[in-house]
Amino acid sequence: MSIARFWRETPRRYNLGGCRCTVCTTVYFPPRVVCPTCTTHRQSLGKMEPFQLSGEGTVISYTVIHDPAEGFEMLVPYALTLVKTVEGPVLTAEVVDIDPHEVRIGLKVHATFRKLREEGKAGVIHYGYKFAPAVEVDGAPRPLPLPSPAGEPRAAGRATA
Amino acid sequence: MQAGVVSYGAYVPRYRITPTEIGKVWGVDGASMGASLNVQRKSVPSPDEDTITISTEALRVALLRGKIDPQEIGALYIGSESHPYAVKPSATVVAQAVGATPGLTAADFEFACKAGTAAIQTCLGLVGAEMVRYGVAIGSDTSQGAPGDALEYSASAGGAAFVIGREQVIARVLHTLSYTTDTPDFWRREGQRYPSHSGRFTGEPAFFRHVTECAKRIMDRAGTTPKSYAHVVFHQPNGKFPARVGKQLGFTDEQMRYGLVTPFIGNTYSGAALIGLANVLDHARAGERVLMVGYGSGAGSDAFDFDITDAIESYSRSAGALVESFLTGGVEIPYAVYAKFRGKIHLGGS
Amino acid sequence: MREVAILGIGMTRFGELWDRSFRELGIEAGFQALVDARLSSRDLGALFLGNMASGSLIEQEHIAPLLMDYAGLAGHHLPAIRIEAGEASGAVALHQGYLAVASGAYDFVVVGGAEKLTDVPDVTANRITGATADQEWESVFGATLPGLWALIARRHMYEHGTTREQIAQVPVQAHEMGSKNPNAHYRNRITLEQVLGAPPVAEPLGMLDCAPLSDGAAAVVLGPLDRARKFTDTPVAIRASVVTSDTMALHHRGDLTRLDSTIVAAKRAFGQARKTASDVNVVELHDAYSISALLALEDLGFVGKGGAGTAFAEGRFAMGGTPTVNTSGGLKAQGRPFGAVGVAQVVELVRQLRGQAEGRQVSGAQLALAHSVGGTGATSVVHLLERTN
Repeated sequence: MSIARFWRETPRRYNLGGCRCTVCTTVYFPPRVVCPTCTTHRQSLGKMEPFQLSGEGTVISYTVIHDPAEGFEMLVPYALTLVKTVEGPVLTAEVVDIDPHEVRIGLKVHATFRKLREEGKAGVIHYGYKFAPAVEVDGAPRPLPLPSPAGEPRAAGRATA
Repeated sequence: MQAGVVSYGAYVPRYRITPTEIGKVWGVDGASMGASLNVQRKSVPSPDEDTITISTEALRVALLRGKIDPQEIGALYIGSESHPYAVKPSATVVAQAVGATPGLTAADFEFACKAGTAAIQTCLGLVGAEMVRYGVAIGSDTSQGAPGDALEYSASAGGAAFVIGREQVIARVLHTLSYTTDTPDFWRREGQRYPSHSGRFTGEPAFFRHVTECAKRIMDRAGTTPKSYAHVVFHQPNGKFPARVGKQLGFTDEQMRYGLVTPFIGNTYSGAALIGLANVLDHARAGERVLMVGYGSGAGSDAFDFDITDAIESYSRSAGALVESFLTGGVEIPYAVYAKFRGKIHLGGS
Repeated sequence: MREVAILGIGMTRFGELWDRSFRELGIEAGFQALVDARLSSRDLGALFLGNMASGSLIEQEHIAPLLMDYAGLAGHHLPAIRIEAGEASGAVALHQGYLAVASGAYDFVVVGGAEKLTDVPDVTANRITGATADQEWESVFGATLPGLWALIARRHMYEHGTTREQIAQVPVQAHEMGSKNPNAHYRNRITLEQVLGAPPVAEPLGMLDCAPLSDGAAAVVLGPLDRARKFTDTPVAIRASVVTSDTMALHHRGDLTRLDSTIVAAKRAFGQARKTASDVNVVELHDAYSISALLALEDLGFVGKGGAGTAFAEGRFAMGGTPTVNTSGGLKAQGRPFGAVGVAQVVELVRQLRGQAEGRQVSGAQLALAHSVGGTGATSVVHLLERTN
């Protein structure tokens, strides 16, 4: 993936910056320019505001991957999951710091910051979110929420899938 | 000086390996090696962790505990000898990842194991001069010892982040000074994968001389004696050196109890003294005095004379993982997994 | 809109065709279809070619005129158009060809599907085919195509009690069917134990739950139904042709155990044809992963929600079933040359409706349904085909 292509998404990939429709309050991640929930889509054009996800969520499905995606070769086998965040949006992400076979539907998780892939040994390194168990597992400590950047509301909007 | 630590956070990766397990591979009695170094286990980063991710995790904890608006961070420095890039700052990634960009200055520091304490001093200067509201100093490493080398039994990964400011200070810095000479005890040349060291020369003329001199000088300036301090933290390349230097200076085991973390997680290099300090702050009470003496090969020591303030009573430590959880937690892995995680296995292809 | 019929079919063998090039495969299938339709190339109006990723897989774009050229038809200066919709590329190409004839813009068109997957290493092929998922928000975070379908499988097991053994019956039946198809990539039978014991790919899915990477091409000739008798004794009418779409990423769906794009496509198709699911005798449906087939059976309305696992394990969709599913062997056994599969499905169904499916004929097949999916269901396509006597 080209440098610019990855770089322009860093606010989302590093920090879970989503958006919220000011018309119907539905939260989206990644951000959208128009709200799919509002009955007439044009109503929400230009009315989507930045919204910070807390990074807290629950696993709603999982798999243990043995034939890896690019950049995940050293992590095999790894747990790929769908995480439903408390704000509503569902994310596709790895759950780390747990035996992958211990991951279950209903596991509470929290966003963590990890390397996603490297463009070879000499290329740039891409970082972004993964998730880790929000409760102590195998004696590993409890991860923490992301800090909320200044002035961005944290109140949960209406849930969306 | 009114400036000091406003908040802090530590992070240590989840995996652990024992000296016994390492020794098995090299035909060495790892258990006695571990005993002589006073290292029971060392932390191992996952393949998707590095100095940048460790620094980010530690700083996120610090910002959360201190309820600090990341946009108020005016300076961010990361001290490490394992920055993922030789050229391109770790600090910018971390600043972006905590939401501190763009109104801040940022840079990476390198001074072997004391780059993190050097970053604290720099932040104290900026904060004291009222150039910034908060300065962030991070010491973090994913250090490597060459396979089979003595360093392999201790070199580990972890880091701690300190927010330096003037308001709501929990640990005021009363004094800080340094002791620096040109002493080549440990180094890594450009392009080299593993560091080199000068064997026993790393002891007396290097670690012990600098730490001892620096500690004496700061106590001279502060008009204190070892008895003045509730807690003391030294750089801790292993569990043995800091214990010995502490005893030589007249500190008791009780004073060193919380500051010594290397026996449980290994030598986290730039993170070592700072994770020790974080553990002290996890336990410190208002009115206590804390001495920290860092050390970096090459060589130099930075000393800090802290005074724990009343603000620590209302400080929400529990909003983040306590260092204790890293000292007792973790999952042990065999050497083969460790070798894979640390990139010690030569892979085919490009 | 006038009615459209399939006048001719053609298809190469599917498999690891090391000695055959992309253009050879495309031309072979196209000529077979033209010959089968007894159509002179002078009567041809256009080519619609389904292909997913020639640019990445063989580093060749602009492939529709390339095939026209090597078919010797460059001099006719006909429109030659490539269509991409991931694994549904061939089915969408058929839809475009159908519209072109139905509208009256062209009388006779060739709809082709072709893909060459073995000219790159498997790792590269998996990366390219995985790009039918959302690269930015799925693949970057560790998702693979089998991984995403495994997330669907796990959720289906969780919500509906579907078992691993039930899911594993799908490839067993696929190989049984494939063993009777001379064009199939795999003609060996496999056992349930083999499926369950195969190396894991994305748990609960193992290697034998996943369709292979194949080379191959397929083609059909379309024309107006009212002129079809001139070309064939058994014209097959396209009674419905529906393409639908949905969110690109699986994680944006409200329900993980169904593909709304398929549900809506089926509903629209049955409405268009004034038929119901119970009228269908034979089906070729998307079984790129074993769980895909179970989802499709529910979404197409052949079994109630959550009931596919049990019904499949009971043999309800085996030969002579209601309906019979994937007599070709499906993507699993017949093979999976991505852009070609949607057309190959229709080739198999035309054989069935003509009564030419030797060794695997569904007796009295009158109405057939073809179902194709791109990625994890961002595109679904349903065609209803009927034998006209």
